[in-house]
Amino acid sequence: MCDTCGCGQPDDAVTILKPGEKVEHHHDHPHPHDHNHHHDHDHPHNHTHSREIEVELDVMQKNNLLAERNRGYFEAKNIVALNLVSSPGSGKTTLLERTISQLKDEIAISVIEGDQQTFLDANRIQALNTPVIQVNTGNGCHLDANMINQAVKKLDIADHTLLMIENVGNLVCPALFDLGESRKVVIISVTEGDDKPIKYPTMFDVSDICIINKIDLLPYVDFDVDKCKEYALKVNSNLKFFTLSAKTGEGLNDWTNWLKEQFKRVKEK
Amino acid sequence: MAILPYISICEIIIDIAMHEMSIAINIVDIAVDTALKSDAKKINEIVVDIGRLAGIIPESLLFCYDSACKDTIAEGSQLKLNIIQAKAVCDSCGFEFDADSPVPLCPKCDDFVLRVNGGRELKIKSINVD
Repeated sequence: MCDTCGCGQPDDAVTILKPGEKVEHHHDHPHPHDHNHHHDHDHPHNHTHSREIEVELDVMQKNNLLAERNRGYFEAKNIVALNLVSSPGSGKTTLLERTISQLKDEIAISVIEGDQQTFLDANRIQALNTPVIQVNTGNGCHLDANMINQAVKKLDIADHTLLMIENVGNLVCPALFDLGESRKVVIISVTEGDDKPIKYPTMFDVSDICIINKIDLLPYVDFDVDKCKEYALKVNSNLKFFTLSAKTGEGLNDWTNWLKEQFKRVKEK
Repeated sequence: MAILPYISICEIIIDIAMHEMSIAINIVDIAVDTALKSDAKKINEIVVDIGRLAGIIPESLLFCYDSACKDTIAEGSQLKLNIIQAKAVCDSCGFEFDADSPVPLCPKCDDFVLRVNGGRELKIKSINVD
């Protein structure tokens, strides 16, 4: 209803105006009169009318809109959100544990753990006195923006926090679902094969950072780090690499220094 | 114990189909919203553009579609998929072909091809309603 005159026409709900500007109020007011004459329609109308409706909408739009809301919330609260994706068993949770242990005195960290079942990972993070929430997806093979939206509300994350989102272990599906993260980090371990970036190119294509983990095992496996990087760069020439062992701590400082730098940059904005 | 491998195979199949299930539900949701806004009573067909590199297996999507339609005005409708090819041009020999990967191998010179255009579409084009 129009606020000015109370007529039934929709008003322009949103106005964007400079100081001093006014909204011009002009629309017609109808003159009501009765319609007393009837038109009888006695021919039956049984067939249905199929019609085409143009839609032209992205299938992922619901998820993408919600992801952008999450992103706006993170930005407003100076939260750096990282979405960690990989195959199962690449060492995501161990990397998280080491990262938290190394940074928790300097940076506030919160964690969202995604798994199909169990609280095992959340318990490991909780043991480090770090706020954590577990999302169990049941049969679901990925986290989506709605799960993150709900998890973030429940976590009640403080401003200036590093939010680590550990996605469900799966190198295919999570690539399609934007969560609103600042960066996507793909983790590959040296036990997996150096050709993984071209076997599962979509994930490497959408990621910003690539961590090559478990480098302490390099002497025992046929994994060529340079070849892996070369393949990954063919898929995505903007990828930034960290090679490390979350178990021994080798190469971990480069990663945590980069995290600190990201965090500083957001804080200074 | 002999039954174990069978169970794990079933789980793998369910997993593969899962993100196509989310996609199918999204498609039906958007189509039903659009149809109801236009006072339609029933959806007969949903037409979707799907790129070869969109990360969706068309067969899995079709498999999930009927379940996603259940108990909605789209129940019994058809899903029509327009497959959009990704066009690749080989940097080395200039050969043009339809790519089946974001980083395809050129069928002529066996080199990796970096220039791939299109093929990532995932869009509801139109619906046919009563």
